[in-house]
Amino acid sequence: MKNELSAAGVTAIAVTPARRVSSFFYKYPKNRLRALIALPALWLGLVYVAALLMLLVTAFWTVDEFTGNTRVALNFDNVISLFTDPLYTTVTLRTIGIALGVTIADITLALPIAFFMSKVAGPKLKTIIAISILLPLWASYLVKAYAWRSVLSDKGILQWLLAPLGLNTPGYSLWGAAITLGYIWLPYVILPIYGGLEKVPGNLLEASSDLGAKTFTTLRRVIFPMILPSIIAGSIFAFSLTLGDYITISIVGGPNQMLGNLIYSNVGTANNLPMAAALALVPIAIMFAYLASVKRTGALDNL
Amino acid sequence: MAISIRGLSKSFGEFVAVENLNVEVAAGEFFSMLGPSGSGKTTVLRMIAGFELPTSGQVTLFGEDVTNNAPFDREVNTVFQDYALFPHMSVLENVEYGLRVRKVSKKVRTALALAALAKVHLSDFVDRKPAQLSGGQRQRVALARAIVVKPKILLLDEPLGALDLKLREKMQIELKELQRELGITFIFVTHDQDEALTLSDRIAVFNNGKIEQIGTPQELYETPATEFVARFIGTANIFSADESLSMFGLGTKTMIRPEKIEIGNEGPEGTVMESIYLGSSVRLIIDLNGIRLVAELSASDNLAKTYHRGAKVNVNLSKSDLVELK
Repeated sequence: MKNELSAAGVTAIAVTPARRVSSFFYKYPKNRLRALIALPALWLGLVYVAALLMLLVTAFWTVDEFTGNTRVALNFDNVISLFTDPLYTTVTLRTIGIALGVTIADITLALPIAFFMSKVAGPKLKTIIAISILLPLWASYLVKAYAWRSVLSDKGILQWLLAPLGLNTPGYSLWGAAITLGYIWLPYVILPIYGGLEKVPGNLLEASSDLGAKTFTTLRRVIFPMILPSIIAGSIFAFSLTLGDYITISIVGGPNQMLGNLIYSNVGTANNLPMAAALALVPIAIMFAYLASVKRTGALDNL
Repeated sequence: MAISIRGLSKSFGEFVAVENLNVEVAAGEFFSMLGPSGSGKTTVLRMIAGFELPTSGQVTLFGEDVTNNAPFDREVNTVFQDYALFPHMSVLENVEYGLRVRKVSKKVRTALALAALAKVHLSDFVDRKPAQLSGGQRQRVALARAIVVKPKILLLDEPLGALDLKLREKMQIELKELQRELGITFIFVTHDQDEALTLSDRIAVFNNGKIEQIGTPQELYETPATEFVARFIGTANIFSADESLSMFGLGTKTMIRPEKIEIGNEGPEGTVMESIYLGSSVRLIIDLNGIRLVAELSASDNLAKTYHRGAKVNVNLSKSDLVELK
């Protein structure tokens, strides 16, 4: 066989070092797996988990008031003050409130848009809507926040639109910040819900209708349970991104502060890194609580 | 009449899927719509179910005009081609669904759903999710879900298409029994002519959005009206108008079924091109003066097995077995 091939001018396959490596990994599939996972594991372990752990530890350190240096010693004052200092509790509750409001508003807006996109619009219209949802994502976050600063201002377009109705622009306030945040995170909520709806076959809606269910019943009994994991995925984006925000609130929030502002000022002007770390634990704890409660509903079982 | 369809048409943009269709189906009938894919049969089914609204024409169910009613305002239920089971519900919940939206109490609907599941031999699987079932089992759940709400008409859209041959044959018999037991009208869409012949009281053969012929399986097989029907149902030897004129003195297109061709001592001589043993029969491909013929002989006829490739045989085409085609 070999001779026939070489006689026909077909040369044998050369045994190169790359070939030996390939053969080795083929023979020992477990090593292949190890080699594949080494880099991502290193990244996740060192850069991500280690940094988070450092943050956790730092929260229990303190700052020497006289020298301004960080003193490495176990100290619970920072963490305790999170629950006792009225500034921290007020800002925490306010941040949670805004994050919840933004999440609920975004889901309410995203559901009909995603449904229209997935189940009603034709292919052409679908592309147009998809582009108009994705396009703002390519613009800078800061640009969008400043654009809303102009929209929300006393002489802005919102005032001009609302004035004939006898209403006023919310201006630079918590409402202004919530509206702006809701706008900025909306695509992150629409996209997963749209993805979830795409996975609901159209004939399930027909089957439901065929069995006598009217539109609302089909939405409640068939579509909603099937896209619940996607809604939760979207809500995690809106909720966690709002929890961590400190730029939008500074641009359109007037004098109000959110958790992010407190962390920022503790890292910067206040020079209190341990307090900043302690404050950073709050959104992490809230997200953990949120994910745990979501998991308990069983909504993540079918992911 | 269970279903009357008058002047029904449906266009999708430029494409005419169904054109000026007229059909009447009697109560309790097993009626099949047979045709190749794209012939409009599924579109007609979807217009009866209410998933599509006709461009023009009328659909009447038991005397009530439902042409523009929503699916939930019609007394028909559908078994979908890929079953369309709700993946987040158990088998029992799937079957209960139609009763649940009708606000039937929990106790009653569970009892009815269990009875329907027993009827399709699925009593042991009530707590499973659709993903944990085989294709045949899913098929039965879809059936149970549709019949539990006691429709007057059951629509079946290629329900056996995804099953393998053995299972399909088994389900065919079960479907037929179920229909007899329930005594309701079945409208069955299929592209499989064997399936249509096995199951149906009457069959409508579809081609290009129109019905070529409606008749009992026997009528369609023995006296097809058009070349399309002759070719689509069973095997046919078709002679053009010119060939018919020279061979039989008939000026129209004609057809003869393979088993009607007599091989023996009479008639013109032809050459066997191919002999295919099929168990119960032997199929011969014969060249008769340049015309290719398919003949089928019973395998119990011992002579049949002696005709090999190249053998000379006498072919007798009886004029009374010829069918004139439009």
